[in-house]
Amino acid sequence: MNAADTSFILICAALVMFMTPGLALFYAGMARSKNVLGTIMQSFVMLGLVSIIWAVIGYTLAFGDDIGGIIGGMNFFALDGVGMDTLNSPADNLPHLLFMVFQGMFAVITPALITGAFAERMKFKSLLIFSSLWIIVVYAPMCHWVWGGGWMGERGALDFAGGAVVHMSSGAAALAACLVIGKRKGYGKQSFIPHNLPMTLLGAGILWFGWFGFNAGSALAANGVAVNAFVTTHLAAAAGLLGWLLVEGLHGGKPTTLGAASGAVAGLVAITPAAGFVTPMAAILIGFGGGIICYGGILLKAKFKYDDSLDVVGIHGLGGTWGALATGLFASVGAEGLFYGNPEQLWIQLESVICTWGYCFVVSWVLLKVIDATCGLRVTEEEEVVGLDVAEHSEAGYQL
Amino acid sequence: MKKIEVIVRPFKIDDVKEAIADLGLKGMTVTEVKGFGRQGGHKEVYRGAEYQVDFIAKTKIEIVVEAERVPEVLEAVRNSALTGKVGDGKIFVTPVEEVVRIRTGETGTEAI
Repeated sequence: MNAADTSFILICAALVMFMTPGLALFYAGMARSKNVLGTIMQSFVMLGLVSIIWAVIGYTLAFGDDIGGIIGGMNFFALDGVGMDTLNSPADNLPHLLFMVFQGMFAVITPALITGAFAERMKFKSLLIFSSLWIIVVYAPMCHWVWGGGWMGERGALDFAGGAVVHMSSGAAALAACLVIGKRKGYGKQSFIPHNLPMTLLGAGILWFGWFGFNAGSALAANGVAVNAFVTTHLAAAAGLLGWLLVEGLHGGKPTTLGAASGAVAGLVAITPAAGFVTPMAAILIGFGGGIICYGGILLKAKFKYDDSLDVVGIHGLGGTWGALATGLFASVGAEGLFYGNPEQLWIQLESVICTWGYCFVVSWVLLKVIDATCGLRVTEEEEVVGLDVAEHSEAGYQL
Repeated sequence: MKKIEVIVRPFKIDDVKEAIADLGLKGMTVTEVKGFGRQGGHKEVYRGAEYQVDFIAKTKIEIVVEAERVPEVLEAVRNSALTGKVGDGKIFVTPVEEVVRIRTGETGTEAI
């Protein structure tokens, strides 16, 4: 055990935890005022729900003894043998329990990311069922494939902090969710204007802050790789912000604050798989590209006519995909990508992109269809008009 | 007695208030309102999606005066609220049947 690494990862785990309430604010500001609490709740509840599922069964499915490269065994069920020393810990410098909780914070935020796709119309009860099952049948296997000794990691796919595990998986699930649940009532006819953009900007700031724990912490040690990941994360977010504003200014005429927040998040998403594998200058290119590509991503929903309420597909799906491929282009720290003489890496990254999208989309789609047929996914039309705050939680966000 | 209802640009409210006070009038009621006329609305853009916002913020002033004072009030209000651009607002004049001062019970012009 290493005391410096342990203290660093403890702090990183706390930073990643803070991203989920940050995401809640980021999303809630973009929702309408009658859905502010419903939207916050869809993220915040994951801190309760997923933390428990992860400790009991998710962790062992992700990091238990490998079964055929597909899934982890049940040897860590209910944290059996996951203790305060390094015994059996996938990171031999960290207490096993610390590794478990750091990974748990990633598991918490991932289903919270998906909620942006069906914000303002999903039944709370069905959300809980969907998220619980999704962690077990989508997130845990993905996590095992990439980080837990499964086939994707063994094939050599690079995913430093969760481009596939967190962002592409949530983006693919989000696309499935938009298609299964359908558009919000009045979509395309009424204006769905964000009710509190300062809240969204604050949320974006918290996400940026927490992302240092997400990416630098993924070095799993207080070392140079963590420092590199911290710097690449920051520069990519900065470049993403500028990239989005540039293309927005050229396309729409004016740079917007929502664009600045979205661009920063796009840059953060894009650098996530690459953070520990690229140089700071490559990170600027990846982030800048992320800002521009994700701006294009949010225009897709108008073109293909699906209602991804808060642009999970456009930002996390596309940003994660770009980041995974960019890792195959720009990797030069501890791995080589195409630009450093290893075209094979780009091919492996592409394979991981296709398999991640395919698996996560199909399984999420099936889950949603089954829940829709049994419990119903969507609140009634009247409840949707009243808003989720009162309809689902008997509360109102504002007393004005 | 007449009620004069004035819809003006919000930034003009202080000018209008001073112009009315200069005439020696003692009170007015001010409300923040939304609406549109020939000025139309404005465009807002969120993540590349354009929304037409029909209703524009305006300020409504209501004052009740003796009928013979109406012309001078209209002139003062119009001069003080004028920018010359579309969207300067409108003034409506309507008859008032009765006014009661709640504290004293006075009625008619005494209560204005």
